[in-house]
Amino acid sequence: MIGKFLRSTGFGLAIMVFVLPMLGSPSIAGAAQGSGPTASVKIDNFSFGPQNLTVHPGTTVTWTNRDDIPHTVVSTDGIFNSKARDTDEQFSFTFSKPGTYSYFCSIHPKMTGTIVVQ
Amino acid sequence: MSSQEKVVEQHLQAGQEDGIDRRGFLKCMAWAGTGLVWTLSGGIPVSKAFGHHVPRHGKTEDFAFVQISDSHMGFNKPANQDVTATLQAAVDKINALPQRPEFLIHTGDISHLSRTEQFDTVDQILKGASAKDVFFVPGEHDVIDDNGKAYLERYGRNPSGAGWYSFDHKGVHFIALVNVLNLKSGGLGSLGGEQLEWMERDVKPLKSSTPIVVFAHIPLWSVYPEWGWGTEDSAQALGYLKKFGSVTVLNGHIHQTMQKVEGSVMFHTAMSTAFPQPQPGKADSPGPMKVPEDQLRSVLGITDVSCVHGQHSLAVVNSNLA
Repeated sequence: MIGKFLRSTGFGLAIMVFVLPMLGSPSIAGAAQGSGPTASVKIDNFSFGPQNLTVHPGTTVTWTNRDDIPHTVVSTDGIFNSKARDTDEQFSFTFSKPGTYSYFCSIHPKMTGTIVVQ
Repeated sequence: MSSQEKVVEQHLQAGQEDGIDRRGFLKCMAWAGTGLVWTLSGGIPVSKAFGHHVPRHGKTEDFAFVQISDSHMGFNKPANQDVTATLQAAVDKINALPQRPEFLIHTGDISHLSRTEQFDTVDQILKGASAKDVFFVPGEHDVIDDNGKAYLERYGRNPSGAGWYSFDHKGVHFIALVNVLNLKSGGLGSLGGEQLEWMERDVKPLKSSTPIVVFAHIPLWSVYPEWGWGTEDSAQALGYLKKFGSVTVLNGHIHQTMQKVEGSVMFHTAMSTAFPQPQPGKADSPGPMKVPEDQLRSVLGITDVSCVHGQHSLAVVNSNLA
């Protein structure tokens, strides 16, 4: 009887242990997709601000174009490419790996910026 | 003196300067007039006031063409919320010219976002021009997101290369260059090795007396590199043209007229038909400049060029849309 109880409790605990990660996974994944660390870069007057930004791995950086002219956010190493973003349009990219990511506007290449992930 | 005459006078004064130092060519800035008449005269463009009569020799070789630029179809911000109407006004201006142009050249930024409907609208409006043939070069706004594929399919005139071509018209050799592709981070406009090699081959067989007209979107001289207003390998391209007695370079991109004369080469930039941009360094950025509504058309325009053989310059006249 007791053994049966322990076994069923054990079984219950086993289920609990098994279920918790299942419940946990979606929230972790959700964090990575949007509610995790975020940072923003504004595009004003043909420049990225801040021009150099340092973030932790897993951070999602969102660029917002506030100019009256379209811009792009293009990695010099081909890692990301926003396509043209017109006024008030945004582009986001999640930086999972540490490193230095240089980028520029492929329409106005004088516009350059860097994201440092560490 | 009308505002247009003032503009021309500024150009002529500018032309008398050595045109080499930056201060010198910044003086060439002309805001009052827009639209330029190019008269090819003995192969060399000379400027004249819009609407003024160019001395004619009655030769059949003489002709005129019109440069328009930066129509930015699709742009709808405060600097100009109706770029369709101002492009139409440019066409009306072209059709009212005393000397009917034989063709148009469009020096790029036809569209604002390289969209099919934007190219369609421009094509439709230009069909109403007295000159039916239009020679295009792309601006950076015409090659967005597809590296110029849609532009080339629509406007390409050369099956090889990325949009560059040349043609001859009544003894004048026209060279259309593309300097808005494969731009490098931190860099300026770029022609690239393949195009430069093509250009060298293209001009090699020509006699040095052949008048040359080169057109491209981004200026082929260093107007203001801080804003990207220049082409990093333009010196190499101009080097191929050293033997020619008359070289006229027509550009757009900076939405304002500027002129510079260097030896036998005359550089000229045209106004936009869509919106003005600030003078170099006179604003935080080269973005669209909002002017009072009733002044907008005085800073937009066309460029009319007349070619009169027997004279040693092309006539270049800016006319605004006011």
